[in-house]
Amino acid sequence: MTTTTLAVLVPLLPFLGAAAGLLLGRTAPGFVRPLAVLPPLASLVLAALVAVRQGGDQAVDAHTELTPTGSVPIELALHIDGFAALVAILVAFVAACVQIYSTGYLRDDPRYPSYAALVSLFTSAMLLVVYSGDLIVLLVGWEVMGICSYFLVGHYWETPEARAASLKAFLVTKLGDVPFLIGLFALATDAGSFRITRVLGAVSSGHLHHPTLIALLLLAGVAGKSAQFPLHTWLPDAMAGPTPVSALIHAATMVAAGVYFIARLLPVFEASSAAMVVLAVMAAVTMTGSGLAALAQDDIKRVLAYSTIGQLGYMTGGLAVGDRGAAVFHLLSHGAFKALLFLAAGVIIHAAGTNSLAAMSRMHGLRDRVPDAYWTMTVALLALAAIPPFSGFFSKESVLGAAEHVATGSTDRAPGAAGWIVLVAGLLAALLTAAYATRLWLLAFRGRGAEAPDHGRQPLTMTVVLWVLAVPSLAFGGLAYRSLPSWFDGRDLTPTLLTSILGTGLALVGGLLTYGAWQRTNALAARVPAAPAPSFEWERLQGEAAAHPEGDASLVEAHALADHGPAYRDLAHAPDPGRLLLGPLHRPAAAGFHLDTVYAALFVRPVQAGASLVRFLDSAVVDTYVRGAAALPRLLGAAVRRAQTGNVQTYVSALLAGTVVLAVAVVLVASGA
Amino acid sequence: MHLAYPAVLSALLFCTGLYGVLARRNAILVLMSVELMLNAVNLNLVAFDVWLSRAARETLHSGQALTLFTIAIAAAEIGIGLAIVLAVYRNRGTSDIDKLRDTAEGPETRGPGTEGPGSSAAEKAEATA
Repeated sequence: MTTTTLAVLVPLLPFLGAAAGLLLGRTAPGFVRPLAVLPPLASLVLAALVAVRQGGDQAVDAHTELTPTGSVPIELALHIDGFAALVAILVAFVAACVQIYSTGYLRDDPRYPSYAALVSLFTSAMLLVVYSGDLIVLLVGWEVMGICSYFLVGHYWETPEARAASLKAFLVTKLGDVPFLIGLFALATDAGSFRITRVLGAVSSGHLHHPTLIALLLLAGVAGKSAQFPLHTWLPDAMAGPTPVSALIHAATMVAAGVYFIARLLPVFEASSAAMVVLAVMAAVTMTGSGLAALAQDDIKRVLAYSTIGQLGYMTGGLAVGDRGAAVFHLLSHGAFKALLFLAAGVIIHAAGTNSLAAMSRMHGLRDRVPDAYWTMTVALLALAAIPPFSGFFSKESVLGAAEHVATGSTDRAPGAAGWIVLVAGLLAALLTAAYATRLWLLAFRGRGAEAPDHGRQPLTMTVVLWVLAVPSLAFGGLAYRSLPSWFDGRDLTPTLLTSILGTGLALVGGLLTYGAWQRTNALAARVPAAPAPSFEWERLQGEAAAHPEGDASLVEAHALADHGPAYRDLAHAPDPGRLLLGPLHRPAAAGFHLDTVYAALFVRPVQAGASLVRFLDSAVVDTYVRGAAALPRLLGAAVRRAQTGNVQTYVSALLAGTVVLAVAVVLVASGA
Repeated sequence: MHLAYPAVLSALLFCTGLYGVLARRNAILVLMSVELMLNAVNLNLVAFDVWLSRAARETLHSGQALTLFTIAIAAAEIGIGLAIVLAVYRNRGTSDIDKLRDTAEGPETRGPGTEGPGSSAAEKAEATA
C-alpha cells in the first residue's frame, strides 16, 4: 500500500469502529470491546508505518477534489510532515491506551458501548485534524471533536455538574470557534486556497494582506480549544467526565489540536509580531495563573486539569517564540505523562473512594493499596515537574531554551519582548509546577490517619496501561531530543545550560518549599489536638465506597463526583501546604481567580437579561399588536354571524331585498337618472 | 289578446308565490309557492314567445321550448323537494320551517333537534366518561 492509502486508513479505522460500535452496541454486546480497542491499535500501527515511510523528509502531499465548490476550492487533502506523523502516533497511542483502560474502568457501565464509540470518533476526528492538508477538512475534525467532548464530558448526565460542564465546554469552545471560522475564511480569501501548503506559500511570498487580524481571529479558536486564558474555564469543569475521557482530552486530542494548529500555520502567526506578543502574553498569564490555581485545588483531577492548562501554556509559549519544534516536542512528552497522570488518578480515586486530596491526606497507606499507580504517578509527576532525566525536562527546557534565544536576540523569528515574557513566565511556572506536583504527591501518598479502604486489586487492563505509559514518560525526552530535530524544522532541541540550571533549580526550590510547608502544616496539625473529627458524611461515604469493593471504578467515581461538595466542605480545612504557600491568594486561586463569576457577570447575566427582555417584548408587545389586529375582523365576523339565523325565509327575504335594490339600480342607471 | 293581460297575471302569480315562500311556515306550502313562481315565469315565457313570433322577429319558439324545459325541471325539483320534506318530517316530527334552524350560528340556535357545538362537546364528554 502506498503511504497515502495508509494515511487515509489511520483516521478512517477509528471512525468505522465508532460507527460499527454505535450500530452493534445493543444487538451484539460481545463485539463492543474488540470494536473499541482494535481500531485505535490498528491506527497506531499504521501511523507508525506512515511515520517510518515519511521519515521526517519531504512532506507527503495528496489531494483530490470531490466537487467544485465555488471560488475557493475545498479539497480532501493530506499533508504529512514530521509534525503530523509524530503527533498522529501520539494520538493513536494514547487513544489505544485509553480504550484498553476503559474496558476495565467502565466494565459495568450500562452506557459503555456508546462511550467507546464516541471515544473512537473523538480519536478519528483528532487524527483527521492531524493529517488534514485542507483547512476546511481540518475544521470538520475540529468541530467533531467539540461535539464528542460535549457527549463524553456529559457521560454521567444524571448529575447536574456533568450536564453543566458539558454545556460549558461546548459553549466556551464554540465562543472561540466562531472567530476561528471567520479567520479561516479571511485566510483563505487572502491566500486563494484552503490548502495548507498553498496558504504557507502565500505567506512566504507576502500575499497575506491582514496577518494580524487573521492571526488574532485564529488565536481565539485556539484559545478555546487549547484552554488558554481567557477561554480556559471549561477545562477544569470538564473533570465531571469519566477519568479516561479526561486523559484523552488532556493528553492527545482536543487541547492538543489548538497547539498543533498553530504549529502547522506558524508562518501565518509569525507574519504579525503583534499576534506573537499576544500569544506570548496569553501563554504567560495561562502558565502562572494555572500554576497558582492548581496549588489551591482540592480535587485531584482539577489539579491535573490546571496543570494541563499550564503545560499547554508552555506549548503556546514555545510557539510564541517561533519554535514549533520545541512546542510539539513538549506536546508529545506531555501527552504521554499527562495521560499517565490521569489514568493513575483514576486508579487512585477508585482505591480511595474519593477525589479529594484533603480526604486522601487523612488516609494511611494508600500507596500500598495501589503500588502500580503510586510508582507510575511518581514518574509522571517527576516528568511534569521537569526533573532530569524524565521526559518533561527535555521538552520544557527546549521551550525555555528557545525563549532564551529570542530574548537575547540571537534569532529574529519572534519579537524579543515575546521571548522575555515567555522566559520569565516559564521559569515562574516551573517553580509552581514543581510545587503543585509535590503537593499532590505528598497529600495523596503520604497521608496520615485511618487506614485506606481496601478495594481489592485493580483490573489488569488498568495497571498494565499505566506501566506502558510510564516508559515514554520516563525515557522519551532523553532518547528523542537528538533525533527529533530531523523530523521537525531542524532546529536544535538540546537543553541549554543556563535555562536548564535555572529551570531545574527553581523546580527543586518549589518542591522543597512545598515539602517544608507540608512538614510545618503537619506539625501545626499535630499540635492542635483533635482536629475536627471526620464528619458523619465522610464516614457514610467511606462505608458506601467499601460497600461495593468489586464495584465498577466509574461508579465509584460518579459517587465521588456527586458527593464531593457536601462531604468535603469541612474537610477542605485539612492541613494543606498549598494554603500556607499561597497565603491570602489561596481563596481566589481555589476559585480559579473568580473568572467564572466575572464571566457570569459580564456575559451570562446580560444574555439572560436580554433573553428575558426579548421574551417580554415578544409576549407583551408583539403579541398585543397581533391580538389587536385580529380584534376588528373578529368583531366584523361576529356581526356577520348574527345574520345566520338558520331560518331559510330570512335568507330569501334578504335575497329578494338585494335583487330589488339591484333591479332599481339597473333601471335608474339605464334611464340615465 | 294584449300582452298586458298575461304579463299582469304572471306578475300576480309570482307575487303570490313570493309571498307564500316568504310567509308560509309549512314546508309543503312553501314548495307549492315555488311552483306558483315557476309557473308565473312559464306563463311569461309563453306569452312573450307568442308576442315576438307575431312580430315575426323570432320564429324558433324558443320561449315555448324553454317552458317545456322548465316544466320538466320543476317536476324533478318538486319530487326531490317533497322527498326531503318527507324525510325531515319523519326525522323531526315537523315540517315547520321556523323550527328547522340547524344551520344557525352559535348560541342563538333554538328549537328541537338542534345540535350546537356545545351539546356535541357535552356528548363527547359523556362518551369518554
